[in-house]
Amino acid sequence: MIRIVDLHKSFGQNKVLQGVNLRLKPGETLVIIGQSGCGKSVLLKHIIGLLKPDRGKILVDGVDTTNLKDDELRKITKRFGMLFQGTALFDSMTVGQNVGFGLERYTDFPQEEIEELVKENLAKVGLIGIESLMPYELSGGMKKRVGLARAIAYGPDIMLYDEPYTGIDPIRADAINDLVIRMKKELKVAALIITHDMVSAYKVADRIGMLYAGQIIEMGSPEEIKNSNNQVVQQFIHGRAEGPIKNW
Amino acid sequence: MLGLLTWSFNLLNPKMFPTAKNPLFYFNSLLQQVGEVGLLFFETFKNLFKKPWEKRIFIQQLEEIGVRSLPVVSLTAAFGGLVFGLQTYIGFHRYIGPGSETYAGPVISLGLSKELIPILVGLMVSGRVGSAIAAEIGTMKITEQIDALHSLGADPTRYLVVPRTLASLIMLPCLTIYGDIIGMAAGFFYNTYIMGVNRVLYIRNTLLYMELWDIMSGLIKAAVFGVIIALIGCWQGLRTEGGAEGVGRATTRTVVIASILILIVNFFLSMALPADL
Repeated sequence: MIRIVDLHKSFGQNKVLQGVNLRLKPGETLVIIGQSGCGKSVLLKHIIGLLKPDRGKILVDGVDTTNLKDDELRKITKRFGMLFQGTALFDSMTVGQNVGFGLERYTDFPQEEIEELVKENLAKVGLIGIESLMPYELSGGMKKRVGLARAIAYGPDIMLYDEPYTGIDPIRADAINDLVIRMKKELKVAALIITHDMVSAYKVADRIGMLYAGQIIEMGSPEEIKNSNNQVVQQFIHGRAEGPIKNW
Repeated sequence: MLGLLTWSFNLLNPKMFPTAKNPLFYFNSLLQQVGEVGLLFFETFKNLFKKPWEKRIFIQQLEEIGVRSLPVVSLTAAFGGLVFGLQTYIGFHRYIGPGSETYAGPVISLGLSKELIPILVGLMVSGRVGSAIAAEIGTMKITEQIDALHSLGADPTRYLVVPRTLASLIMLPCLTIYGDIIGMAAGFFYNTYIMGVNRVLYIRNTLLYMELWDIMSGLIKAAVFGVIIALIGCWQGLRTEGGAEGVGRATTRTVVIASILILIVNFFLSMALPADL
């Protein structure tokens, strides 16, 4: 479904990605873990076409998206739903307009149907009757869920989650996990999740990959990651200050 | 020769001058920024003709740039017209003699419609609207809303830059016509009601010597200023980095760059546009 081949990206002298190779299979939930600032979000932004790599390919069903023109890229991005780390809700629009934004652009549905879908998707994330509120009237957790409703509203078949559990309580975080699992079972939606939350990672992941020093240094099932011999992985998943990772 | 050419082309490469210590860094940085604005202008022009048109935002911007600028334009044009009327009266009275002040009318109209009002409107709108555009888009940039637009199928140039540029291009000439009327009325008021100049002769001379081209050339300038204000605001907003401080920098830069550009471009337009048709 998505194949990333030898992806390199630098910002000035800072080499962020140094040959990332990755594969997301249809219907699979892949979790990428790694230190803050190690390039996880940069990797997601490459997948959705927000950043262009210095070198390497991103293949979506065999089509290299790195050299596509904007209009062609838009046809590909229609297949992606993205939940941003800071939710990125449009603060000049109501909740309803936010959730309906992708529907208006990616579908030809009439306005009444869009309004119905907005309500339906907000209900999926446990929010009812808040369509006319503005984002500044919502709590952090509600914003996150509105962001999620906006990302799933137009029925993407690949979901990209950038730190979906940041800023919400463990119960809400688990509700997001349940939603990810439900979307996978019912709609066969593939998901790429970037997180530090190992509890959620073990619950939702089919495979977990660790990004370190610009490369995927370990990839495997949650069990394989738990039992990995790699000391970097062990230090990270157990959250130890002592170990081979020093540059914090 | 080939070596010299290669060296010249290398001047355009930002990697050649990574630090501000090198004097060519500033030249290179300037070239890069001019290039960025040029590309944004080209992208905006290209997207003008592409669907979907963002009608709702366009109408919002017409209101924001046009209607909401009316109070500040009214005040600026009124006091600009009054003070210009005052100095023109003094000029005629002192250098040509009593009675010649009735000719202040066409001079005031010419000066206001060709130079003063387009510039005053441009500077006021760049302060009020240009800074607001930079702040809004800059905030969207640092909170990932621009990335979200992209991921939800909206081209940021088409969605944000085109409606603002088009609205600014249309509303600046409208505000200038409005400013012309207010300014000329203020000049008339000062000369006839305060200084006692003959009203009939003042109006007759104004209508006799003023040409439609005087007003039209001012409107052409205003349209160019409109594009400058919106493009600089959007450009600075889209390149905002570094949180709230970055947004502050973007708004300040927008006002400074747009104001300076308006004054420079005005001079060259005054030279390029014919004095009369």
